[in-house]
Amino acid sequence: MTAAEAARQVARHPIQSLGRSTLSAVRMVGGVGVFAVRGTIAALTPPWFVSQLLRQFVAIGFFSLPVVGLTAIFTGSALALNIYTGGGRFNAEQVMPQIVALGITRELGPVLAALMLAGRVSAAIAAEIGAMRATEQIDAMRTLSTDPFRYLVGPRLLAGVLMLPLLTAVADTIGVAGGWLVATRVLDFSSAVYIRNTVDFLQGWDILSGLIKAAVFGFIVALMGCYHGYNAKGGARGVGRATTHAVVSSAILIFASDYLLTTFFTHAAK
Amino acid sequence: MTEATPKLAWKGVTKRFEDRTVLDALDLSVAPGKSLVIIGGSGQGKSVTIKTAMGLMRPDAGSITLDGECIVGLSEGKRRKMFSRIGVLFQGAALFDSLTIWENVAFRLINADGVPRKEAKERAIEALEQVRLAPAVADRFPSELSGGMQKRAGLARAVVAQPEILFFDEPTTGLDPITAAAINELISNQVRRLGSTAVSITHDLASAQTIGDEIAMLHNGKIIWRGPAAELNTTDNPYVRQFVEGRAEGPISHAV
Ligand SMILES: Nc1ncnc2c1ncn2[C@@H]1O[C@H](COP(=O)(O)OP(=O)(O)O)[C@@H](O)[C@H]1O
Ligand SMILES: [Mg+2]
Repeated sequence: MTAAEAARQVARHPIQSLGRSTLSAVRMVGGVGVFAVRGTIAALTPPWFVSQLLRQFVAIGFFSLPVVGLTAIFTGSALALNIYTGGGRFNAEQVMPQIVALGITRELGPVLAALMLAGRVSAAIAAEIGAMRATEQIDAMRTLSTDPFRYLVGPRLLAGVLMLPLLTAVADTIGVAGGWLVATRVLDFSSAVYIRNTVDFLQGWDILSGLIKAAVFGFIVALMGCYHGYNAKGGARGVGRATTHAVVSSAILIFASDYLLTTFFTHAAK
Repeated sequence: MTEATPKLAWKGVTKRFEDRTVLDALDLSVAPGKSLVIIGGSGQGKSVTIKTAMGLMRPDAGSITLDGECIVGLSEGKRRKMFSRIGVLFQGAALFDSLTIWENVAFRLINADGVPRKEAKERAIEALEQVRLAPAVADRFPSELSGGMQKRAGLARAVVAQPEILFFDEPTTGLDPITAAAINELISNQVRRLGSTAVSITHDLASAQTIGDEIAMLHNGKIIWRGPAAELNTTDNPYVRQFVEGRAEGPISHAV
């Protein structure tokens, strides 16, 4: 259905359209759930395709380092400047290092790394698996007695869950370093004080909670790529649609689960 | 007259997509060691027919038997075992583009049968020789090969584990006549060499008569004609006549 047809349909039968899209949303949530369970089982039980897993570690983890690093350094620097000027309004500019560290480790490190992966990795996974679907490579794999969930989906989910926390650890470090760079070069903080304030202030849980979030986001990014690619329909256009859906749904789910996890963590900490 | 159990049989197989009925209580069978060719217009459900038999699509009604045993709705494990008895050449060859040609051919051996890579590569190169591809091709990627060479590699992948049943989905579509003739010959040779049962799809009639013992014509979700390959030119079935003679007028009306 084209967008124009869809719009006409909504105008003519508003209630039915709403009902239909609700139904299809429910069906999709169910579909994603079943897919996630099958994918998780495939990821956690043998046989494993180790070479596929290593390939995904490299594709998802290693090759994402540059984008994640660049994002982190600019964000850390900008955050430091903003908090310094904002904090100056009530003479709190001296706690800037602590706030930067907290903001990066608990929130911005994992979320920004995940969003970069949503753009880079989720899209690439959806396009690759979608093209394999369109050219019958997935059917071919099944007729060669190999389960695509084990060969394609499992390794990507595992790589997402394991690599995004590592990337987040890198983003945390580079982000804080970005703050330190601005503080020591642009503002007149002493390097030793900045580092001591950061280290004394940060608690293990600040970092750990961010890494746990990252593991969840990594699962989401890989899952959305695999799900939309695997279910791509209708040739090249279908692959394009799958890619868009993978990126948009990853991003939304990252934000939604970020809020839920943060709520959960703050309650649990009490 | 008692007939031997067919190798593969469709009984009353119906398949719908949304409200469109593609297969409508289809009955078809192929005897062990025979080669059946399905002909028919584009979009008539030829690919769907063989996909239901390969277990890649589940029919909405009816049963499909392999050596007399029903194969609809098998568990994933049993299906994987069944897949080890079949070989498929897909319409676009469906080679994995991230793997080299020999890794494609040896895919089943490496990933499902646990054959060591070195031995798998040797067997893959042997299979490539069977379809007259030089060993030098083994380390190339599918995108570096012509359409005809990709089909050959796909054929090598289908026969490497010596399956009991071979499926060919439009093996010559999109190839020039000379390459197509070469592929047909390779297919006939391989089917004969392995003694396999074969089910092929084509709308190339020369190809149908080279590779088929029997021909069945699919139209509107049913088999409307079936007979020995030689009778394709002599039957007076009006659908077959129109198809064979390539006329626009006749009982088959195109919704073009
Ligand atoms: N997975 C699918 N989902 C929806 N419709 C499909 C699917 N596969 C095939 N069809 C439809 O079934 C009909 C028959 O397709 P197919 O078997 O590929 O035709 P052909 O005889 O050319 O091989 C076509 O109209 C096609 O659109
Ligand atoms: Mg087809």
